[in-house]
Amino acid sequence: MKALLLAVLLALTPLAASAVQPDEVLKDPALEGRAREISKDLRCLVCQNQSIDDSNAPLARDLRVLVRERLTAGDSNQQVLSFVTDRYGDYVLLRPPFKATTLFLWIGPFVVLAIGGVATALYLRGRKGAAVAAGGDTAPLTEDERRRLDALLRKDKV
Amino acid sequence: MRRLIYLLPLLLFVGVGVAFLRGFDRDPRDIPSALIDKPAPEFSLPPLPGHKEGLSNATLKGDVTLVNVFASWCIPCKAEHPIITRLAREQGVTVRGINHKDKAEDAIAWLNRNGDPYASIGVDLDGRVSIDWGVYGVPETFLLDRQGRIRFKHVGPLTPQVVEEQILPMVKHLRSAS
Repeated sequence: MKALLLAVLLALTPLAASAVQPDEVLKDPALEGRAREISKDLRCLVCQNQSIDDSNAPLARDLRVLVRERLTAGDSNQQVLSFVTDRYGDYVLLRPPFKATTLFLWIGPFVVLAIGGVATALYLRGRKGAAVAAGGDTAPLTEDERRRLDALLRKDKV
Repeated sequence: MRRLIYLLPLLLFVGVGVAFLRGFDRDPRDIPSALIDKPAPEFSLPPLPGHKEGLSNATLKGDVTLVNVFASWCIPCKAEHPIITRLAREQGVTVRGINHKDKAEDAIAWLNRNGDPYASIGVDLDGRVSIDWGVYGVPETFLLDRQGRIRFKHVGPLTPQVVEEQILPMVKHLRSAS
C-alpha cells in the first residue's frame, strides 16, 4: 500500500520543466543561479503565460542568452530587468510592479474585502437592532408556556 | 428604496459580464509598446548582399518612415506584402525593412518573387536589433516621425483597415506637424 502511494505521488510530481539548453548555461554557478531567477520573472511574449525559463520559443531563448550576457557584463539583477522592460514594457514582468497604473490590481481585492466586511457588519447590526425592537426572542416564557414545553419534552423522551 | 439593494448583485453581475464580454474582442497578442514616443534604438544593420543601403538611425531621420519587420519564412508577412507595396507605391510612404532572422538568399528570392517596396533593408541575422525594437512576433510595423521617434506600432500583418484608419491619418498628421 505504501509503495503504491509512493508510486502515485512520484508520478504526480511535476518534473522540473525548464527549457534552458545545455549550451546556454553559464560556467559560473552563482551567475547561472541569478540568470535562472531573473528568467523565471520574465514573460515569454510569444507564449505569454510561460516564463522565458520555461518556454521553447526562439525569442525566449534569445532573451535567456541576453540575460546571461548582461549578467556576465556585470549588470545587477535589477539592471537586467530594466534592460528588458525598457524594450518590452512592464508586461514582460510576470510579477507586475506596484505603481499608479497597477494600483487597482494590487489594492482591488482588499477594497472588495473591506466593502464586504462593512456590509456584513451593517447587516448583522441591523438584524440585532430589529430583534431588540421587536422584543420577540428576548421575552421570557410565561408559566403556562413552560409547563407545555416540559410536557412536550418529557413525551419526546419516552 | 430598500428593494433596490437587492438589485445590486444583479447589476454587479451584469457589469462584470459586460466587461468580460468586451474582453473577447481584445487581442491578447496586442501588447502596448514601451517605445512609443521614444527615439528609435541605436542600431546599424548591414544591407542584403547586392543592395547598397542598410538601415541605421541616420537613415530614419528626415522623412516620416514606416519600418516593417519581415522574414521570408513568415506567412503573414506575405499576406501583408501587397498592402505595404501599395503604401509605398501609391501613397508615397517611405517604407524601410528589417529582415528578421532570415537567410540572405531566401530573402532575396522572396523579394524577387513578391516585389521590393523597401527604400532600404537592414539585415538582422541574430534578431538582436529586433529585441532592441521590442519585437516579439513578425511581422511588426512601426511608424516614425521626421526626428526618428517611434509614434505608432502594429503587431501582426497590416490590414487595409489599419492602414486606412490608423497609418494614413498618422502619416498625414506627422508630415504636416514638422
